[in-house]
Amino acid sequence: MGKTTGFMEYKRVDESYDAVDKRLKHYKEFTIPVKEKELQNQGARCMDCGIPFCHSGCPLGNLIPDFNDNVYRGNWEKAAKILHSTNNFPEFTGRLCPAPCEQACVLGINEDPVSIENIEKNIVETAFNKGWIKAQVPAIRTEKTIAVVGSGPSGLAAAQQLNRAGHLVTVFERDAKVGGLLRYGIPDFKLEKSVIDRRIDVLEEEGIVFKPNTNVGVDVTVEELKTNFDAVLLCGGATARRVLPVDGVDLKGLYQAMDFLKLNNEYVDGLKSFDDIVSAKGKNVIVIGGGDTGSDCIGTSNRHGAQSVTNFEILDKPTEGRPAHQPWPFWPMKMKTSSSHQEGVERHWSVSTKKFIGDKNGQLTALVTCEVEWIFKEGERPQLKELPGTEKTWPCDMVLLALGFTGPGSQLVDQLGVETDFRTNVKATTKDYRTTTPGVFAAGDIRRGQSLIVWAISEGRQAAHHIDAFLMGSSDLPLKDDNDLPRI
Amino acid sequence: MLKKQGMYLPEFEHDNCGAGFICSLEGNKSNDIIHKALQILERLEHRGAVSSDGKTGDGAGILTDIPHELFVKDCPFDLPEFGQYAAGNVFLPKKENQRNYCISVFEKYIKEQGLNILGWRTVPVDDSVLGSIAQQTEPMVKQIFINKSNVEQKDFEFRLKLFIARKKAEHEIYNSKLSESNFFYLPSLSTKIIIYKGLLIPEDIKLYYKDLENPLFVTRLALVHQRFSTNTFPTWDLAQPFRYMCHNGEINTLRGNVSRMLSREALLASNWFGEDIKSILPIILPNKSDSASMDMAVELLLMTGRSLPEVMMMLIPEAWEKNDEMSETKKAFYEYNSCLMEPWDGPASIPFTDGNFIGAVLDRNGLRPSRYSVTKDGYVIMSSEIGVIELEPENVAQHGRLEPGKMFLVDMNEGRIVNDEEIKEDIASRNPYRKWLDDELVYLKEIPYNDCPVFLNQEPLNKRKVLFGYTQEDINTVILPMANQAKEPIGSMGSDTPLALLSERPQLIYNYFKQLFAQVTNPPLDGIREELITDISLTLGSDYNIFEINETHCKKLKIQNPVISKQDLDKIKSYDHPNFKITSVPILYDISKGHNGLEDALDALLETASTHVDQGTNILILSDRDVTKDQAPIPALLACSFINSGLQKLGKRSKISIIIESAEPREVHHFALLFGYGASAINPYMVNEIIEDEVLAIDPKADTEKAIANYNKAVGKGILKVMNKIGISTLNSYRGSQLFECIGINTQVVEKYFPNTATRIQGVDLHQLEKEISKRYASAYTKKSIDAALDLEMGGQYRWRRNGEHHLFNPLSIAKLQDSVRTNKPQKYKEYAEMINNQSKQLMTIRGLFEFTNYDPIPLEEVEPWTNIVKRFKTGAMSYGSISKEAHENLAIAMNRIGGKSNSGEGGEDQERFYKNANGDWKNSAIKQVASGRFGVTSNYLSNAQEIQIKMAQGAKPGEGGQLPGPKVNPDIAKTRNSTPYVGLISPPPHHDIYSIEDLSQLIYDLKSANRQARINVKLVSEVGVGTVAAGVAKAKADVVLISGYDGGTGASPLTSLKHAGLPWELGLAEAQQTLVMNDLRSRIVVECDGQLKTGRDVAVACLLGAEEFGFATAPLVASGCVMMRACHLNTCPVGIATQNPELRKKFKGKPEHVVNFMYFIAQELREIMSKLGFRTVDEMVGKVEKLDRNSAIEHYKSRGIDLSPILHKVEVADDVDILNTEQQDHQLERALDFEIIDKAHPALFRKEPTVLDLKINNENRAVGAILSNEISKIYGAQGLPDNTLKINFKGSAGQSFGAFATKGLTLNVIGNTNDYLGKGLSGAKITVRIPDESTIIPEDNIIIGNVALYGATSGAVYINGKAGERFCVRNSGATAVVEGIGDHGCEYMTGGVAVILGAVGRNFGAGMSGGIAYVYDPKKTFVNKCNKEGLNLDPLSDEAHVLELKSLIENHYNNTLSPLAQRILEQWETSVQQFVRVLPEEYRQALIRLEEENLVKK
Repeated sequence: MGKTTGFMEYKRVDESYDAVDKRLKHYKEFTIPVKEKELQNQGARCMDCGIPFCHSGCPLGNLIPDFNDNVYRGNWEKAAKILHSTNNFPEFTGRLCPAPCEQACVLGINEDPVSIENIEKNIVETAFNKGWIKAQVPAIRTEKTIAVVGSGPSGLAAAQQLNRAGHLVTVFERDAKVGGLLRYGIPDFKLEKSVIDRRIDVLEEEGIVFKPNTNVGVDVTVEELKTNFDAVLLCGGATARRVLPVDGVDLKGLYQAMDFLKLNNEYVDGLKSFDDIVSAKGKNVIVIGGGDTGSDCIGTSNRHGAQSVTNFEILDKPTEGRPAHQPWPFWPMKMKTSSSHQEGVERHWSVSTKKFIGDKNGQLTALVTCEVEWIFKEGERPQLKELPGTEKTWPCDMVLLALGFTGPGSQLVDQLGVETDFRTNVKATTKDYRTTTPGVFAAGDIRRGQSLIVWAISEGRQAAHHIDAFLMGSSDLPLKDDNDLPRI
Repeated sequence: MLKKQGMYLPEFEHDNCGAGFICSLEGNKSNDIIHKALQILERLEHRGAVSSDGKTGDGAGILTDIPHELFVKDCPFDLPEFGQYAAGNVFLPKKENQRNYCISVFEKYIKEQGLNILGWRTVPVDDSVLGSIAQQTEPMVKQIFINKSNVEQKDFEFRLKLFIARKKAEHEIYNSKLSESNFFYLPSLSTKIIIYKGLLIPEDIKLYYKDLENPLFVTRLALVHQRFSTNTFPTWDLAQPFRYMCHNGEINTLRGNVSRMLSREALLASNWFGEDIKSILPIILPNKSDSASMDMAVELLLMTGRSLPEVMMMLIPEAWEKNDEMSETKKAFYEYNSCLMEPWDGPASIPFTDGNFIGAVLDRNGLRPSRYSVTKDGYVIMSSEIGVIELEPENVAQHGRLEPGKMFLVDMNEGRIVNDEEIKEDIASRNPYRKWLDDELVYLKEIPYNDCPVFLNQEPLNKRKVLFGYTQEDINTVILPMANQAKEPIGSMGSDTPLALLSERPQLIYNYFKQLFAQVTNPPLDGIREELITDISLTLGSDYNIFEINETHCKKLKIQNPVISKQDLDKIKSYDHPNFKITSVPILYDISKGHNGLEDALDALLETASTHVDQGTNILILSDRDVTKDQAPIPALLACSFINSGLQKLGKRSKISIIIESAEPREVHHFALLFGYGASAINPYMVNEIIEDEVLAIDPKADTEKAIANYNKAVGKGILKVMNKIGISTLNSYRGSQLFECIGINTQVVEKYFPNTATRIQGVDLHQLEKEISKRYASAYTKKSIDAALDLEMGGQYRWRRNGEHHLFNPLSIAKLQDSVRTNKPQKYKEYAEMINNQSKQLMTIRGLFEFTNYDPIPLEEVEPWTNIVKRFKTGAMSYGSISKEAHENLAIAMNRIGGKSNSGEGGEDQERFYKNANGDWKNSAIKQVASGRFGVTSNYLSNAQEIQIKMAQGAKPGEGGQLPGPKVNPDIAKTRNSTPYVGLISPPPHHDIYSIEDLSQLIYDLKSANRQARINVKLVSEVGVGTVAAGVAKAKADVVLISGYDGGTGASPLTSLKHAGLPWELGLAEAQQTLVMNDLRSRIVVECDGQLKTGRDVAVACLLGAEEFGFATAPLVASGCVMMRACHLNTCPVGIATQNPELRKKFKGKPEHVVNFMYFIAQELREIMSKLGFRTVDEMVGKVEKLDRNSAIEHYKSRGIDLSPILHKVEVADDVDILNTEQQDHQLERALDFEIIDKAHPALFRKEPTVLDLKINNENRAVGAILSNEISKIYGAQGLPDNTLKINFKGSAGQSFGAFATKGLTLNVIGNTNDYLGKGLSGAKITVRIPDESTIIPEDNIIIGNVALYGATSGAVYINGKAGERFCVRNSGATAVVEGIGDHGCEYMTGGVAVILGAVGRNFGAGMSGGIAYVYDPKKTFVNKCNKEGLNLDPLSDEAHVLELKSLIENHYNNTLSPLAQRILEQWETSVQQFVRVLPEEYRQALIRLEEENLVKK
């Protein structure tokens, strides 16, 4: 398999982007695809390792060497088949996944790793373009009914798997459209919503029933749920936002990143006008939180036409390369510069926000920070120490809080009476994804806490197997094994 | 014989022997001949071994004419004329009552045959010469004298009646249940010859049997034999000679031969025997040695009216199949007989006699030395070595050797030597064999073909793929590469997946069997370079009565490659011919009935088959074509083997051939098993379909027939390789030979379905085997099809996949190990070790099934320090070449830092590494390996070793050689390997100086001579019988024996070998330890173990099972950065380890510290276990199996049947028998001639003063020059002394390995002749051999040096005034040689140097020759036919420089030897130079051009 000398002959080639000034004018994806021949070369860089660490690094267990080989040989259809055998939605992961597989790629030990994610994206796009992705209505129906609560990636993946097993699946979504974070959290310039719609169409055609605008626990009672469905899968995500316990958080001009992004996505979708959303236009924006959401806020702010964008992260500035304690093939916490960062932002690390300052109208005018130091002791959680005398005031008009999520944040959890763990996540293990309430399962961020899309899909798939087994006694839905590379 | 116990199975004992004869051509009888004959044996003593009691021989005997004069004088009754009566020694029970019973039974049958008993004579013996072991089994020996029924009775009839009487008596007595019934035995009963033999050492035969010293005892012939068994419990009756022959070598195909003889019994019919035929069965008594069994076959065939030479031609045919030079008559004879009898294959020199003729045959490959001399005073002497009887040079008429496949025959009645050509032509032209063949034999290709049938109502292919357990990997990794390239796919690194028995995945039954392979007692073959001795054709159809010699036997269907396409099979199915009745039988069972269904179906199948045979079917097709939802396939192997053995039991096996039509077989191993258990042709129809499917998917116009033919060809080649591994050259012999060990199936199943297969740790039963089928069935039928899921599982046998087969090294374990050694954090190592050790959840290895028990804790501080323990640690043999310089040196530095040992591998070593670095680091590999390629093995290399390892086999590919392709041989590698850059290097499958145990013993002697301080280590691979081999190795005086697991790594190996050859070390180690202890040989030898040792726990288990030293290879490589790419064979290692690409090498990031840390962690973990168990030192721990317990916690459906008690068996021995190494081997080097030379050569050695010495030499002076060269190398390094500093003239017959590793500055002249291995590893010396002045023989017509001269020579010059034997200049890489004629396989694998051959050349010249130049004097223009022309340029001399080079070499030859031939050639130089052919390997030519270009660039 593979071209044995490919990795020596070809360098890594990634998608390039439209110029910043050009792409800031719109909300569309701005990647410039790699040509087919070049993609085949990229596939040829895969070394068909005796131990494909990528395959272990991928939470889905994608058969990476196998699809790479087929791309190299130009067998796109076969590649697509292999890819879809482990991943329901490669078009999402191919755009949004931080690609732990590439961090585990053997070539990555001393060269640029194989561009696995881009290959993945191109396989699935080719498959859609060629019409290979068609609805596959299951031949036999079991007459078992399942409610999936939440239509994010885990809910959708579980729904498709369960439908494939012949069950009747209903997906509840409290928002107007399905997709969860994919639709409302991710800006279009990273994932155009037509990509979601395209997939949802297939799922609907396969027989999955979607109930948007339906808040389970409010619009549908728990009793109804229990009565009408043989099993319930909670995929509501982690929506409880982390708060910043400092003075001035109530000032005007402070927004939760998710609110900001959701409104903007609704605007891009044509559901809202620009005036109805939170606009950063002409403002001095500070984004607090250095993660992906923060990055999305930066990209969106710049598209709004912000005066300036500044970004704070409480953690230390990561190293450019792998930190010593996170060697290959493990996931490294290293410096990441996203396309949004490239579009203009001033980034600061080891910065903690002390308070917000407002004018008499309660409008934010500035915030005060101090520098912090992290103290690491083996076997203990890292300690945060404020450095005296480092306070600094930053004038600003708008602050976006992208601090992450702390748990489900859903009353449904209480209504169903499922137990939660100390982090307020729903208690269920990856052994069977069962909650403490019989017949109720949980998967994705609602169970594991905020995480990656690829994990959400993975959990949805795994949970589907266990639900199927719960309903039928055994399941033929595929499972990945437990050979995931751990985080260290 | 010792009883089966623990891991030890007595049937795996081997013997190798010394044999020879002397006879008077003129028929002059003398008593002296006996003494001369016994002297032959005494002079061959070094070819043997001594058992632990030091006194009991393994058996010796002498066959002579019946000493009529002595008997007439000594018998109290009258004897008729010589030849008119029969006499024989009879071994009888010691106890009188039992003895009388035996006598009465025997007499009863003699009388029944109408013969007259003349009387009995008690043989005078002196039992005081016997060793204690021999005494226990000593029989009472009496002689019986029997007269013909009447004077007119024909000789043949008389012999027949004697035979029947003896056979009947044997059967009755052996079945009598007498306690001493085994004592009854007749060495011979003949009118011509008599045999005196016993458990004696040669010098004691004449003392024990007083007859032999009686001056009245005169004979014109004496055939002698001395037996050397690998084990020490031989018996009297197995001493040789046997009744018609004796044997030096080993019959590899014995099991198949014996079982097929058994099958033939049902067909036997003869007017001569009449009804008595049934009473002489079985022809071959069970549990006898290979030689004894063959002798019994010979005896029967003689009763068919065939002559002894004809019988020998049948049993040991020449390699006729691919011989274009053989006469049509002879070919027809051999082809005819191939329809009757498969070859008895293996290394064999077989002297035979019937009293009229005495002669010998050699196996087709010439694997045993057989030299003969004819004297002018009328004697013929033949033995393994020349010089065993000293002859006056002027008395010698001829020195010859037996050639491969040839026969040597002395007709004592006519008083002449009959040459091979004459005798064979004569025999071959007695019947119209060609006509018979033409009339009756049908070739598959001749059968007309109509059209391939369409199989209706078949289940869809995808479904069938699942139910027959196909994976994506099977298709992509195994099947398609074969269909594309017609070659078996190659892989690298070891196997770290679980045994079939322990796997959680459903297994095909094939995976429970492991291929056996040759090591030490017989050699594997090289079917690629020596293709002309191989053949995979088979003939199908019924066998017929071997008493008849007529055209009936040719009523057969011959298939050239018995892996056939579905079209071929269809041709056979629809073939309408009176000679054939072909019947197809489904092999299916009712799946709903489960295990009972399977069992019943098998029984019914046998019944059906039996009925068909009765109804005349002679080709039976077993087919699983018609599988359905309800009818599941019986595993084809199970069906095939059961029919094979079942019909045999019913006496019907000979009447049919079995064809397998199955979806199951896909890998070479599967086919090998089917043939090994009796199939005669196989059509893998599913593979055919899959190939069609896949090939057409890519290209709808693709040639599918070609792709299938490619696949079939690849399987054919693969089978050949599997056969060659065990030393078998023809599929006809391999078929039914069952050369497999079963691991993981219980005895009940094996006894019923695979009788006579070893299975030692039990395992699954039929119920569980059926469960595996039904599991696959469930996947195919009851499993729901899920959209988007893959149809087939990925596999994961060869490359790790989630949901695939488990691997010990997986992403996490590798990551943890690398992290731990790089950060030096014990906690991280613990996490790693836990992953490997904690196998209770995932069963992976046998060692994983053990738990430590009998704790007796002591404080950790009391356990010896880690620094002591790591001295027992070694890194594995990986050559510089297979891995990069950086990786290789990294290991060496690390191991030297901690006092362990690294291993050079087979690739030589740059001498710069022999000196320490300024910082104290040392890149010198403590262990220097000597493998079959002998790369870089010089005196200096050996002198710089602490340990020298002889690699007999490699875990990943036992029985196979290797290859380093030209592009990888960069100038640096070429330098260390003493070879030419860019010229490919081949390591042959066998060591060409080890074809048997006595050869190994010789190599050990040679190497010990080359460095007396170094330990000699023999590396074996675990397989059934390795214990007996290890015992042999201990007797051959190795200091260390390494038992390697099958799962060790490799730089490149066929996938079949990676998985299916050899056993885990747990079994081999336990067997070796038990056998060594049983024989009280353990104290003499260190036992080492390796094979995927990964943790301290692994080491602890190995130690408790008996190892005291430990090797690691894969794990230290992983510590150095290896990520198990398994791309070693591709030269693309992305971490700079297994590559020579300069860019990739830069990526190597390993450090010696990483390896040191790894060893430290292992030692610490071991110490913790030791402290728990209560061992203060490793020595205390060795062999303490009582500390191991079967893990009771394992809950796994298949593991339940495992019985590990044989591994944990503790041999009961006396208190003084040690179970670990406590003493040094006595190598007896002090007797070496070299010390005398060193004493006399001080001025030369220490002051470089030219010195000349004159010495006498005989064949017991072995490896002369090796010790001397070691002394020179120690002082002067590789440079040696100036040329000709020490010149020594020897007179006589030099022993084996004369001039081995002889270094620069030495000139060794022999006036006389030499034995095998002259100039082995020659390292710069000059050697000349010439005939004595007094001799009148014509040098170029006489053999004056033995076989395998200049094996692995690297530099120096040799001038031979006479002919050499087989394999001259094999693997020469730099020496210059002039010789006046050579045998077969000359210059094989040569990579450098110059060979000038002035006389006759044998077959297969230059096979695998990739470098160097040969000049062959070829006035008769016959050379081109002798040459293996692949890759060779044969040109006349044109270039002046070449002419000058040649001329000066011939002048040197003349100056050194006064060769008349050289003189003649030089005298007519202008003419003679036209008659030379210059042989230049193409690869070498290109390399020379490339080197020239590179030099130009440099300038």
